[in-house]
Amino acid sequence: MASPSEAAAGSDGEAQAVFRGITDDVSRVALNPTPKWWWPAFGVSNLMLLCLVVSLYHLFTTGIGVWGNNNIQGWAWDITNFVFWIGIGHAGTLISAVLYLFRQDWRTSINRSAEAMTIFAVAAAGIFPIIHTGRPWFAWWMIPHPNDMGMWPQFRSPLMWDVFAISTYATTSILFWYMGMVPDLATLRDRAKERWKQVGYGLLALGWRGSARQWHRYERAYLILAALSTPLVLSVHSVVSFDFATSQNPGWHTTIFPPYFVAGAIFSGFAMVATLLVPLRHLCGLKHIIKESHIEAMCKIMIATGLMVGGAYGIEIFIAWYSGNAGEWFTFRNRVLGEYSWAYFAMVSCNVLVPQFFWIRKCRTNPWIVVGLCILINVGMWFERFVIIATSLARQAMPGMWGYFSPTRWDVLTFIGSFGLFFTLFLLFARFLPVIAMAEVKAVSPEAHAGKDHH
Amino acid sequence: MTTPANDDETPGAADAPPPDRPGHADGPDGGRGDDGDDGRGTGNGNGHGSDEELHGLLAEFETPGALIAAARKVRNAGHTEFDCYSPFPVHGIDPAMGIKATRLPIVVFLGGLTGLVLGTLMQWWMNAYDWPWNVAGKPTWSIPANVPISYETTILLSVLTTFFGMWAANKLPQVWHPFFRLDRFARVTDDGFFLGVEAGDKRFDLEQTRQLLVAAGATHIEECYVDARPEARTMPRWIMAAMAVLTMVALIPVALVFKARATKSPDPHWHVFSDMDYQPKLKSDQPFADFADGRANRGELPGTVARGQLKADDAYYRGIAGGQWLTGLPAQVEVSEATLARGKQRYDIYCAPCHGFDGAGMGIVPARVEALGGAWPARNLVERGSAVITMPNGQLYNTISNGYNTMMGYASQMPVADRWAVVLYVRALQRSQNAAESELPAGSQVR
Repeated sequence: MASPSEAAAGSDGEAQAVFRGITDDVSRVALNPTPKWWWPAFGVSNLMLLCLVVSLYHLFTTGIGVWGNNNIQGWAWDITNFVFWIGIGHAGTLISAVLYLFRQDWRTSINRSAEAMTIFAVAAAGIFPIIHTGRPWFAWWMIPHPNDMGMWPQFRSPLMWDVFAISTYATTSILFWYMGMVPDLATLRDRAKERWKQVGYGLLALGWRGSARQWHRYERAYLILAALSTPLVLSVHSVVSFDFATSQNPGWHTTIFPPYFVAGAIFSGFAMVATLLVPLRHLCGLKHIIKESHIEAMCKIMIATGLMVGGAYGIEIFIAWYSGNAGEWFTFRNRVLGEYSWAYFAMVSCNVLVPQFFWIRKCRTNPWIVVGLCILINVGMWFERFVIIATSLARQAMPGMWGYFSPTRWDVLTFIGSFGLFFTLFLLFARFLPVIAMAEVKAVSPEAHAGKDHH
Repeated sequence: MTTPANDDETPGAADAPPPDRPGHADGPDGGRGDDGDDGRGTGNGNGHGSDEELHGLLAEFETPGALIAAARKVRNAGHTEFDCYSPFPVHGIDPAMGIKATRLPIVVFLGGLTGLVLGTLMQWWMNAYDWPWNVAGKPTWSIPANVPISYETTILLSVLTTFFGMWAANKLPQVWHPFFRLDRFARVTDDGFFLGVEAGDKRFDLEQTRQLLVAAGATHIEECYVDARPEARTMPRWIMAAMAVLTMVALIPVALVFKARATKSPDPHWHVFSDMDYQPKLKSDQPFADFADGRANRGELPGTVARGQLKADDAYYRGIAGGQWLTGLPAQVEVSEATLARGKQRYDIYCAPCHGFDGAGMGIVPARVEALGGAWPARNLVERGSAVITMPNGQLYNTISNGYNTMMGYASQMPVADRWAVVLYVRALQRSQNAAESELPAGSQVR
């Protein structure tokens, strides 16, 4: 009884109980009857989604003129919303891929829902560049294919780079998310009581049986996908920033854009992850898996990325002055002090000042303060994209190209509708799919080494 | 542990069966008996009839560590057809089982390389070769602008290779597996750690293998049986039929696309939204009731002159001087060989088709009418004593500009200077065909 193996055997049942506890707590969310809070939340999201359907119908049948866009403000809320949503997606990939490569084990509690958030944010983002073309039913012309016009896409345009970057990003995110979910779908398959759930989860689980030979290849594939997603996620927002940076427009034509956009994307993405997960862990009873320390870690990342974004704002203004370029300097003075100064200061206060509260411990540990600050950060990050787009276009070289953008009700409805799409998809995910990567949480728990003789 | 390698056959302390629970490893009857009374029995859980054959033995362990130790033992006993099953990847099990490193990274590298080459070739072929696309006079093929898309296609192909390569190497999807018949195996995705030895293994022997697993510390051992009839292992016929039908249906759109590519149609493109064809705007010379004059066109405002449209010089622009047709030439018209050459060139384009190269009124159009049995001669510009010869230059210019009878005006085709050049050339035609012999230059007279 005194041998080491016996000591380990004494904890055997405890290890299995820990694993079973994780399985129970996470699969309960998907397999138990629908909780009361879910239907009102789903109803509100569906109403918002209806706004998107109605405003898109009106847009398609009438034209871009239903928005406040005009010849001067050719891009406005449409592209602002696109960059806003695609940026939010980046945190999911960062959590699932970059933190995986850095062996940050705390990521396992949030990576599944963050990846889901990425995919739904990319879905919401993908709408805008397509509908802003005016003839979205020809969007498939962007895909290179032989056609009766004998035309090919123009690959030297950053807008085509965007098509490839975003579609690669969406494909990779979905495959990575799904692959990570297969062992957990198998868990749901094996625990579901109803036949239709067994069949549904069973088809999605592809017959996963946790074989060691399969785990071996699976883990290697997971590592490769993480290693591929990391350069991909950096390239996606860099390419998005090229849409602006490769133009000749003062306010857009700057080399700082790629890193500045990537930092801002991660910043806004973490804010959105925290905004979603604080209520989720509360409502689904997952506080012991998504721990306070994990939320704190996200807050610290937001301090870092918020400072990077704030530094970029300063550098932009400094370079505009230091370059001696009159047009550039005028654009930035106008951005800060002109008609849009209210938007500029909304951006600076939300993105630079608000994250400074995270230096205070209480603001990191009280989840509801975290949510409040994160919502402000996302407001600020939306304004950042609006400020870049609207202020740079509002005062171009000729006085005849001066204007001011005012949104119409259809701008507002479309934006609300994109949130409806995002929340609807996220609620469906939170209801029917494994919201936490059970296999990964088990694998990084101390109990995963139970019974090993070399400890 | 002082043994040099975990793979060593020397049984370590952890490999010994727990002495205090030998009965945990059920005998054949006990194992089967367990299943019958768990309330979920489907009737074929583990009981087997004469048409069933043994697939293998499934042993359960309590911890990842015990699974690793057992895997090492089973492998050292010479078994090859066995596998471990766990709810999460158990680290350290690969060397214990002797799993070789997967070659997936090499395959992914090749996939990525394919993506890089294909993405680059695609851009070159489409933008530099098949349709050299001129963008502001820049070279049609310049690598830097093509890097982002090659970068993305490299990643895309690598990702697709990783994803599909991993599933293919793992032989998934495979919705059914013999062990799925054992209810206990459902815990493999929860908290169970299993080791399955297949009956096809060359070292497999029901009793010996069972003893080996008992010795390895299994807490529970079950036999797994599968239906021996081959037809029970094939897909039901209706599923195959449905898949065949769906495949054929899926081919229909592709077939339609290929048909459209290979055939021609006189019909215009079909547009979902016809607002490009029918735009809510006024086109020139169309009626529009909401304007007082009922016309879409808006003329110049009274009392205004558009830039460059003053044209105050009546002699030059209208051929009029003092209310009469100009008889001489405007000051702007220079009588020179170059002007006459220009006039001849314009005349041969615009006037000769009807009036003929010589001005006699028999160009190719009247000649064609005559050949068809009709008669429609154009005005003979050079006939002695005709009105055209005596007509003032200004009136001739006006006729060229605004037309006469069935002749259209040529103001829209010929600028003012060219029209005056044509006037000069017509005068030259008239002069050359009506000259008296005495007027010819010295040396040119007929002798």
